[in-house]
Amino acid sequence: MIRYVYANDLNDFPRLKRTMFQDRADQFKARLGWEVDIDDKGEELDEYDGLNPLYVIWEKPDGTHGGSMRLLPTTGPCMVNDHFLNLTDGVRISSPLIWECTRFCLSRTAEPRTAAALMLAGGEVMSGFGVEHYVGVFDARMVRIYRMIGSSPEVLGAMGTGRDQISVGLWSFTEQARLSVAEKAGIPPETSRRWFNLAFGDLVTTDQPAQRIA
Amino acid sequence: MMHRRELILEALGQALGLEDLQESIVALRKHFRVDHLVYHWVNSAGDQYGCGTYPSDWVQRYLDQDYLRVDPVIVGCYQRFHPVDWKRLDWSSKPARSFQADAIAHGIGNQGFSVPIRGPNGQFALFTASHHCGDMEWERFTESNRRDLILIAHEFNQKALELEPGRKPEKSRNLSPREIDALTLIAMGYSRAQVAEALTISEHTLRVYIESARSKLGALNTTHAVARALSRGLIIV
Repeated sequence: MIRYVYANDLNDFPRLKRTMFQDRADQFKARLGWEVDIDDKGEELDEYDGLNPLYVIWEKPDGTHGGSMRLLPTTGPCMVNDHFLNLTDGVRISSPLIWECTRFCLSRTAEPRTAAALMLAGGEVMSGFGVEHYVGVFDARMVRIYRMIGSSPEVLGAMGTGRDQISVGLWSFTEQARLSVAEKAGIPPETSRRWFNLAFGDLVTTDQPAQRIA
Repeated sequence: MMHRRELILEALGQALGLEDLQESIVALRKHFRVDHLVYHWVNSAGDQYGCGTYPSDWVQRYLDQDYLRVDPVIVGCYQRFHPVDWKRLDWSSKPARSFQADAIAHGIGNQGFSVPIRGPNGQFALFTASHHCGDMEWERFTESNRRDLILIAHEFNQKALELEPGRKPEKSRNLSPREIDALTLIAMGYSRAQVAEALTISEHTLRVYIESARSKLGALNTTHAVARALSRGLIIV
């Protein structure tokens, strides 16, 4: 299932938390060779994990991490504006309607539909919170995966070549893209909506507030 | 011609003191036709500032009862950054329910929509619209006004930060050459397709550059952003 968890609530899911940061170490350090820091527990965290980001996480039935991404507002410190201005034509992309999506990670043992499930969840966040675009940093391997699930970003700029390439891209979800990723993920839209409501609360009726309070 | 919302934002943009923020929020409440609009901020030193239309006896009661500790809106928004409809928050505890009853009795309303804002250095602010009405009516209101409420919330915070004593102007609000190019071409009357072609970017990318420029200019839409850039001499046509 999809979980939406702010960093300061991650301790409620210790197994998920540990395996997410370990899978990130495995993906970004071991497989991609990025210059990221790994702590003595074998976990990969950077300064942006300290800014209380919102994680969107695919939790496997055994409670471990299957895949995840990290969301932050572009109105505050974020990777794209702090480190990748050279890939955005020098434009500092900053708006309450644009969020940053980074550290898109898939576990080695992830089911094939995990990436699509995460994109579907990204769409829930967009429609639930009025987000119009994501700007994200991603590695070369993801280009093919995004294309496969019908959710290719628009590449603003890239550096490096081959498997070492790092790109900055933009996503904006159309209803059609949403249906496409839902199908690829094999998750009915109402299930996806239920997971979102589980994290952020249901729209409980207040039509008779006086009675409810009494 | 500029719309009412944009005129109020113009006035907000020229605010010289906190009393001008109060004037803007009163005007906005009237315009949005909701019972209340409130802006409330706390910085890392624990200093608080607020402006808005809540009755003063409620503000006093809130402070006297130390409701900051039980208010589900504060609990649910602090350190987060997604906007919330109050119905999604957890009102199940006894203190939260009696707080809600008290708020409703003071005319705050049974519905609310709050936008949390994270400023620099631990600054945190909330911009809230509240109203007394049924769920359907509130859903219609939030659906059609969510975008503007989010944008206005951030403008209020931007202005409040600027008015903080000893604050240096933020470089991040400067437009980059690409954003200036995009706005200039739009001001000259070119279509988006033509502008994108001239800048050799896709229309999709252009949309994001314009959105980014709009945000930095504190405008509500592209036309408003162009007007602001022109009046500030940032672009010349």
